[in-house]
Amino acid sequence: MRTDRGYHCRITNIVTLTEQEKLFQLRIIDSVERSIFRFRPGQFLMLQVPGYGEVPISISGSTSNSEMIEFCVRRAGHVTSALFQAKEGAKVSVRGPFGSSFPMEEMKEHNVILVAGGLGIAPLRAPLLWINEHRDNYGDVHLLYGAKEPSQMLFTYQFEEWRKINHIDLHTIVELPEPGWTGKTGMITELFNDISIAPANTYAIVCGPPVMFKFVCNHLDRQGIPMNRMFVSLERRMHCGMGKCCRCMVGSTFTCVDGPVFDYWSVLNLKEAI
Amino acid sequence: MIYKVISKPEFATFIDSLVRQNLSYGPRQVDTDGNGQPVYQFREVRSADEIAFDYTVTHSSAKHFLLPFREELSRFAFADGDWEQDIRYEIKPLVLIGLRPCDISAINILDNVLLNGHYPSPYYLARRKNTFIVGMDHLPLPDCFCKSLNHHTVSDGFHLFCSDIGDKYYLSINSSKAYTYLKEFGIGEPTEEDDCKLIERRKLIKQSFQTSVEVSGLPSFLDIEFDSPIWTKWGDKCLNCGTCAMVCPTCYCYNTEDRPDTDLKGSSRQKQLYSCNLVDFAEVAGGHNFRPKNGDRLKYRYYHHYRGFAENANQQICVGCNRCGRACLADINPKDVINDLRMEKESCMTCVSESPRKT
Ligand SMILES: Cc1cc2nc3c(=O)[nH]c(=O)nc-3n(C[C@H](O)[C@H](O)[C@H](O)COP(=O)(O)OP(=O)(O)OC[C@H]3O[C@@H](n4cnc5c(N)ncnc54)[C@H](O)[C@@H]3O)c2cc1C
Ligand code: SF4
Ligand code: SF4
Ligand code: FES
Repeated sequence: MRTDRGYHCRITNIVTLTEQEKLFQLRIIDSVERSIFRFRPGQFLMLQVPGYGEVPISISGSTSNSEMIEFCVRRAGHVTSALFQAKEGAKVSVRGPFGSSFPMEEMKEHNVILVAGGLGIAPLRAPLLWINEHRDNYGDVHLLYGAKEPSQMLFTYQFEEWRKINHIDLHTIVELPEPGWTGKTGMITELFNDISIAPANTYAIVCGPPVMFKFVCNHLDRQGIPMNRMFVSLERRMHCGMGKCCRCMVGSTFTCVDGPVFDYWSVLNLKEAI
Repeated sequence: MIYKVISKPEFATFIDSLVRQNLSYGPRQVDTDGNGQPVYQFREVRSADEIAFDYTVTHSSAKHFLLPFREELSRFAFADGDWEQDIRYEIKPLVLIGLRPCDISAINILDNVLLNGHYPSPYYLARRKNTFIVGMDHLPLPDCFCKSLNHHTVSDGFHLFCSDIGDKYYLSINSSKAYTYLKEFGIGEPTEEDDCKLIERRKLIKQSFQTSVEVSGLPSFLDIEFDSPIWTKWGDKCLNCGTCAMVCPTCYCYNTEDRPDTDLKGSSRQKQLYSCNLVDFAEVAGGHNFRPKNGDRLKYRYYHHYRGFAENANQQICVGCNRCGRACLADINPKDVINDLRMEKESCMTCVSESPRKT
C-alpha cells in the first residue's frame, strides 16, 4: 500500500463510454510494484493528476489482474477534466488502495443482488467481475441497473457476456426513454417486480446516488433481507484517504477508512450518511 | 522523570544558551489590543531577554510549528510530457519555549491523531521528533477552562517543564537530552521546602479557575441533540470565517491542492489547514453539499472536539484554552454553546414542561 508517493502508472488504454464517462486502463510502471499491488472489490484509490490534484476513484476492474487497473470516471470538475485530456501513454499516479470492501467471501454460497444507479455501476463492477471469476461459489446473481437515459448506460458492450457466459440475471431500466429504447421505463425499484428473492439466503450490494439508497434498501428490507447483508458505497469529499483531513467524515466515522463500503444497518446509525 | 530546581537567574542563563545555539521560538509581545493589554505570539527568539516569561497566552497556538498553515507534500517536475515526483520529510531541529500545559496536551492529542492509527503522518513525525519543548505553568486567565477537561496539568509530551515557585523554577525533566544539557548549569536537588512550594503552586493554579464547562456525558448529549435548534441559533451568528480552527491548538483538518509553478515546469502539491466551518468543507463534485447550513458546520466542529472521532482520536480533543472564543468575531465560545446544549436536555429531563424557548 502506498500512502504518500503513489504508484506511478501509464494509461494503457482509454475507452469512451459516453460523453461524460470514460474507462481508463492503467498499468503500474515498476514491475516489482506491479506484482505486489492488490486490492479488494469496493476499495478506491486516490488518483493523482500532477499539476491538477487528486481525487478518490473506485477501482472498477478485476482483482485478479494486476497488469491492469481500471477506473470508470465521470468528468465532474477540475481534476477529472484534466484526466479526460490525457492520451494513452500519459503518466498518472495512484495512492492506496484505501477503504473497506464488499465481503465477497462471506457472500459465498448465497444469492447476490447487485443494484446500480447511474455511475454506481463503476464501484459495482469490481464485485461483479469477482463473482464472474468465481461463479460457482455463488447462487443466483441478479444485476439491476438503472440509468437516466439509455445513452448514459455504461458497459452495455459487456451485457451479453455477463448474461450468457456468466449467467447473471441482468435487468435494466431508464427514467427517460429515447427513440429506439425498447426496454423498461421508470424507477429502479420497479425492476424488483421482475425477480424473485429468497431473502434468508441473499446478499445485496447497492451503489448509486444517495436518494436511491433509501428506496432500494427499504424495499429490500421489506423483502426480508437483513440490513447487515445489504452493502452500500458512500461518496464524500476526500483529500487524504487516510482518516487525517476529516473531509469525508460522517458523524464520527471516516468514509475513507471505515468505508466507503458500509452495511445498511451501520448507515442507518450514521447521522447525515445518506 | 527527574526533578530538580534552578534559580531564576541561572534558568535565564540556561535558556539563553539554549536559544543562542538553536532555532528557537518563544512568547513575545507583538502588539497591544484595544484595551491596552499586551498581545503575545510565539516568535523567533535569539536571547533569553527577548522572551516574555510572564506572558498570559498567545493568540494563535504552537501547533503551527508542527502543522504549518501551508505545507508542501510533494513536488512534481515536468519535462518532455513526463513528470517526476519528489517527496522530503526533512526538517530543521526546533526549540519551543514557554508552552502551557494545555498547549502541550494539545500536541499530545495531535500525536495521538497523526502518529497513531493505520496511517501515521511522516510529515508530522519529522517535525515532532525534531522539536524540543520547554513547558511552563501559569495562572489561568478568567476565561480559561482547561481544568474542566483536565488539561491544566500535563505529565508527558515535553522535554522539560518548569513550575514557578518564587525565586526558583521547579523542573520536571522528561528526556535524557534535556538532562544532559541541564547538567552543565547550576541545578540542585529540591528541598522539602521546594516540594511544599510546588504543591502550593499547583493548588493555587487549580483554585484560580473562574470558568468551568461541564463536559461529562457530552458525547451522548451531542448525539441526542443532533437536531437541536441551538445549532441553528449559533449557526446564524457564525460568519464561516474559520478563525476558530486556525487559532485552535488541536484543529488539524486540511485541504490539498496542486499549485503549478508560474513557468509551468513544475508543480507543488500542498496541504493547507482548513476549517469545517468553511462553506465548501463537505461539498462534493456537482455542487452537492453534505453540510449546507452554517449550523450544520458549526455543529461538526463541536462534534469533532467533544464527541471524539472513533477512528483516530477516541477522546475529546478540546483542551479548554478558549482561543477560539477569544478570537471569534461573532462572540461564539465553547462555554456558551455547551451550556446551551446541556440546558436544553437537562430542563427537559427534570421537568415535564417544555424546555425554555431559545432566542
Ligand atoms: C470512495 C469514492 C469513490 C468514487 N468513485 C468514483 C468513480 O469510480 N468514478 C467517478 O467518476 N467518480 C468517483 N467518485 C467521485 C469523484 O471522486 C469526484 O467526481 C471527483 O473528486 C471530482 O473531482 P474534480 O476535481 O473533477 O471535481 P471538482 O468539483 O473540481 O473537485 C475539486 C476537489 O474536490 C474534491 N471532490 C470533489 N468532489 C468530490 C467527491 N464527490 N468525492 C470526493 N472528493 C471530491 C476533490 O478533492 C477534488 O480535487 C468517487 C468518490 C469517492 C469518495
Ligand atoms: S465560530 Fe466564530 S471564529 Fe469560528 S467560523 Fe464561526 S464566526 Fe468564525
Ligand atoms: S477551547 Fe477552542 S481553541 Fe481551545 S482547544 Fe478547545 S476548541 Fe480549540
Ligand atoms: S479523506 Fe481525509 S479523512 Fe477521509
